[in-house]
Amino acid sequence: MTDVADSHEHADADKPTSSDAPASDVTDVAATAAAAEFADIGEFRSLRSDVWRQFKRHKGAMAGAVTLTVIVILCLLGPVILTFDTSTPNVSNANRGAGWPHIWGTDNLGRDAFARALIGGRISLAVGFVAMTVSIVIGSLVGVVAGYFRRLNTPLMAFTDLFLSLPLLPILLVTVVLFRDPVQDRFGDNLGIFILMVGIIGGTSWMSTARIVRGEVLSIKEEEFVLASRSIGTRSSVLIIKHILPNIVSQVIVSATLGIALAILTESAVSFLGLGFPLELPTWGKLLDDAKDRISLNVWLVAGPGLLLSATVMSVNLIGDGLRDALDPQNRSNG
Amino acid sequence: MVRYVIRRLLLAVPTLVVISLVVFFLLDAAPGDPTSQLPLTIPPDVRENIRESLGFNDPALVQWIKWLKLMVVNEPLYLLDAPLDKVGVCIGDCFNHDRVISWQSRSPAMDNIYQKIPHTSYVLGLGLVFGVLIAVPIGTMQAYRQYSWFDNVGTLVTMIGFSVPVFVLGPLFIWLFSINLGWFPTIYKSNHEVDWTSWSSIWIQIEQLVMPVAVLTLFNAAQFGRFTRASVLENLNQSYVRTARAKGLGEGTVLTRHVLRNSLIPVVTLLALAIPGIFSGAIITESIFRINGLGQYLLLSIGQGDLPVVQSLVFIFAALTVLFNLIADILYGFLDPRIRYD
Amino acid sequence: MSWKKLIALLAILAMFAAACGDDDDDSGTADGGTDTEDTDSGDSDDGDSGDDAADEEDDAEAPAPTSGAGEGGNLVLLQWQAPSQANSYLSSGTKDLLAGSLSLEPLAEIGPDGALVPALAAEIPTASNGGVAADGLSITWNLRDDVLWSDGSPFTASDVAFTFAYCSDEATGCSSDAIIKTESVEAVDDYTVLVTFKEPQPYPYELFVSYTSPILQEAQMAECIGAAAVSCSDQNFSPIGTGPFVITELVPEDFVTAVMNENYRGIPDGQPYFGSVEIQGGGDAESAARSVLEIGEADYAWNLQVAPEILAPMEAVGEGRLVSGFTANVEHINLNQTDPYADPPSEGTPHPLFVDNPDLHRALSIAINRDELVAVGYGPSGNPTCNIWPVGAESSTNNDYCLTQDIDGANALLDGLGYLDTNGDGIREADGFGELEFDYVTSTNGVRQSNQELIANYWEQIGVKANMLNVDASLFFDGTCASDDCIWKFFYPMEMFTNGASSPYAAAYLSSWDSSQIPTSENSWGLNNMPRLNSAEYDALNAEAKTTALDDPRYTEIIIEMNDILSTSAVIPLIHRASASAWSSDLVGTGDLNAWDSEYWNIEQWAREG
Repeated sequence: MTDVADSHEHADADKPTSSDAPASDVTDVAATAAAAEFADIGEFRSLRSDVWRQFKRHKGAMAGAVTLTVIVILCLLGPVILTFDTSTPNVSNANRGAGWPHIWGTDNLGRDAFARALIGGRISLAVGFVAMTVSIVIGSLVGVVAGYFRRLNTPLMAFTDLFLSLPLLPILLVTVVLFRDPVQDRFGDNLGIFILMVGIIGGTSWMSTARIVRGEVLSIKEEEFVLASRSIGTRSSVLIIKHILPNIVSQVIVSATLGIALAILTESAVSFLGLGFPLELPTWGKLLDDAKDRISLNVWLVAGPGLLLSATVMSVNLIGDGLRDALDPQNRSNG
Repeated sequence: MVRYVIRRLLLAVPTLVVISLVVFFLLDAAPGDPTSQLPLTIPPDVRENIRESLGFNDPALVQWIKWLKLMVVNEPLYLLDAPLDKVGVCIGDCFNHDRVISWQSRSPAMDNIYQKIPHTSYVLGLGLVFGVLIAVPIGTMQAYRQYSWFDNVGTLVTMIGFSVPVFVLGPLFIWLFSINLGWFPTIYKSNHEVDWTSWSSIWIQIEQLVMPVAVLTLFNAAQFGRFTRASVLENLNQSYVRTARAKGLGEGTVLTRHVLRNSLIPVVTLLALAIPGIFSGAIITESIFRINGLGQYLLLSIGQGDLPVVQSLVFIFAALTVLFNLIADILYGFLDPRIRYD
Repeated sequence: MSWKKLIALLAILAMFAAACGDDDDDSGTADGGTDTEDTDSGDSDDGDSGDDAADEEDDAEAPAPTSGAGEGGNLVLLQWQAPSQANSYLSSGTKDLLAGSLSLEPLAEIGPDGALVPALAAEIPTASNGGVAADGLSITWNLRDDVLWSDGSPFTASDVAFTFAYCSDEATGCSSDAIIKTESVEAVDDYTVLVTFKEPQPYPYELFVSYTSPILQEAQMAECIGAAAVSCSDQNFSPIGTGPFVITELVPEDFVTAVMNENYRGIPDGQPYFGSVEIQGGGDAESAARSVLEIGEADYAWNLQVAPEILAPMEAVGEGRLVSGFTANVEHINLNQTDPYADPPSEGTPHPLFVDNPDLHRALSIAINRDELVAVGYGPSGNPTCNIWPVGAESSTNNDYCLTQDIDGANALLDGLGYLDTNGDGIREADGFGELEFDYVTSTNGVRQSNQELIANYWEQIGVKANMLNVDASLFFDGTCASDDCIWKFFYPMEMFTNGASSPYAAAYLSSWDSSQIPTSENSWGLNNMPRLNSAEYDALNAEAKTTALDDPRYTEIIIEMNDILSTSAVIPLIHRASASAWSSDLVGTGDLNAWDSEYWNIEQWAREG
């Protein structure tokens, strides 16, 4: 199902969600049942392989997956291979243009720009993944509880609305300024700011996940197999874990992928405005902030991290699109 | 429907109160005071006087209540002074209300905000309008010719517009068009009064706006284009379209009378939802292009510790968000007959 | 868009605006026509030639004024920190003082070299001309009698007395500190003012001198005293002054527009050259520098704290020139003379290593390569220095050993102190103290962090480890000390920032390091001896300086001695920082950059050549 699902999420749950009633769970049961039945006939077609096959068909998503893998590998291994010292200043080497051996030139303290961009990538990617995880966890929790326990539905949704109404960037900025020092005192400089950024970004982007999950849970709850399970006395917690959660996984995955892109962009924006990581840590946003004034000196100082950042975000978005298409049962070819 | 709207409006009030309380205490705990930018040679008793005179030393709750009253009661009254006066009505100290005072400029914070609204609106509004005007036709065409080269190129461009953040594209634009080519100015002059009868006057304003509007248009067009494409695509596959075609309706009629009307519903609601979001986007755009609008004012006031201004701005943003969320929901319920609110 | 095109368009606009205004001057200059006060009401009957010329100019049908004042077009000034309002007494920073200085003037100004120049006063009062009382308790200013406010009324001594009352009222929230030392300000007659101090002042020129305390018009501000100050936005945004320009519009955090003051006393001499001025705010220092130096969009840019490698290529383009003005601003490292890890922190307990340890100070100081610090962060707007007071004749030469980096010498000194590295981890230890590892804190700022990295690196080579910390500027410089990171609490062993004096009177500035000025929890951290220097010798010199006349040769000796004590014990001076600004290449008449007073102090003389 396409992006239209997003528009339904905000409109209140009092109305029936007509077009996104997921047939996925039924299909899953059917698929696994069919698979079991035809297990000895030809190829074993599981959900996972079906999804993967569909995903491979989406050219953009494949390109995205490849690009992301390349970037991640570059960021993890690149600085190790490149052997430039990216923290010690070397003033005599400062401000060189693009060339050899510094393919993107050096910064004002003589450090290789490409190596620093890759290190920055590690941090930006780490923030992206972890913040997304935080956001998914909170969002799923709120969504499941709100969807499953009727009495908690209204207060939790009001709470979600509250967060949706907060102007996030200003709050983010103020909170960073406010809490940076105490957190850094507690956890050390770098870990402290990492925890702060991840916490704040995760804590302010869970709302759409919550809404989607809640919508899913509401409809799954009415399914017959859930009723059947309840009627034999299954406890709520078991129900949630065994039946409901697996069925919302696909929606959550899609939400997660898109959440990574948002988290990376938000962290870059905050760093760009000067309020993120400490200045020695070269996240992409920080590098862009430093470089935007030196752009006449060396355009690669901007174009480089900009390219990496954009490629990462684009790849993640493409993967998300591909996953969404692949996980949509109407798209998958029949088994 | 009416009951739903009333219920939402009633819910909005405590939402806004809670938001303002949260923001207030957050900011109150934030460091910095109005004298932080004064030279170090200014002695402490002078600093104390300044803080005292601004009400900085009052307890937080007192400050909040004072602010709330000024913001929610006095500011609207101030706006109503002139129109009510024409009808001969005068509420409270008309034309002499106490107002929320900015600590930096020692003048009413809302006056400063009113002065900056036009510039933010120009940039963000035009970016939004052009973005939508570009996105809808292109998105529709893409859906129509799904998987054609047009669609693929369009998707690529959309992806780029979506993924390249403003703070990457902006400096590159400035470098290319202002510094190297010299086509556009880098100083956005807010005091330029556009004389609508003078072509050169209008042209100056256009020149100032081209780059920020272009960057925002790209981003907005990408976002709405994706959405439009998906929405139209979904509708094109519906059975009623097949029926319409089978009935012998021309493609044009099918498109305009059936498909577009249904596809644009989510787009419209997305638009309504995007409007408060663009104020956050304003912060970065205005900072890059040196536009002295609301986003820039917010960033500056946070840095200067100007509590009343930040409080008022955040409150306004929040109120706009709540309002547009509500409008989006109402529009959605209004346009889509399948949706019924109880 | 070229600079000339912009001027042409603005001139066209101005002509439109002028055509809509009702000015009588048909010279077609861009003076906006908005300031339509009727200035030739004939109330100025003192027969001074200046006024007659002004009257002549406004007597309509006469041809263009022969003096040529106001014909120079529009001047564009960039203050990337935009003014918030223009009343100098309510200012929250230099940006507001600058806006105010377009129209407000003090009795005397400080010139770029630190010498006083009369403005609204007829001459500078001194002991020899009887203006300054022998007992130092009072000073008498003789005012010019030919000055008009921009609304045409005469400037008199009662305006001066009023300004004192305005700022003394605590409810106003006045930000001038000169008021505190003053007992009273009395208008002896229309053009004579007697200022009396609470205590004898060897330097009586802090009140009503420089753009920090100009004269306000009594008639305009009378209803704005005290708590009413905040409801006087119109007056605060456009204070009536005697200066060359009148503010027509001020939008806080955005821009200021001003036009020539029709009653300015310099008009017969063709001053001001420009008919209108605009201050544009917003953006940052780099983009302002680019606008003037590289693109030529503006005539002047203020406060260019930009890395030299960015400025140099911009300047090479040739549209503008960079200028620096040095006063007393010195970027320095404070060595905490108290122990920040004692309980209570930084109060009372002397630091185990930094007190009375000249060799350690010297080692730390000579390990630093100040030339490199300047090259990385400051370029032409910084000079290496070894003195906390590096100004003119009062600058000490006794400490210049620090200008040459000497790693070996530093190592030798530390070896001599017995601080050896016994466990081979590269860090020396001191008996009873432990490893020479110090938390080294400064504000969050690119240049500062670059300098921190360099210094940490130099110290690593002499076996000292510095943990680089940075704190957001709003916390670091927070006068209320809401967090534990403010410079006054100094809960660290080392902190780095820039300090400077507001006037060329060294003794006042150096007195901040007297032992009575140590910030503690009792005085709410409100005093300025941040390193907590506690030296009986320094205190004695300070007491002596306060009673020594400025022209006594002993005065210079005292200053140098105080500087030497401070600069070799509690403070490591690093860089003498200048204010850096940029002027358009075609701007003349600016003279040197004035860092002591308003950078617009002689704006009436600025002109455009060609």
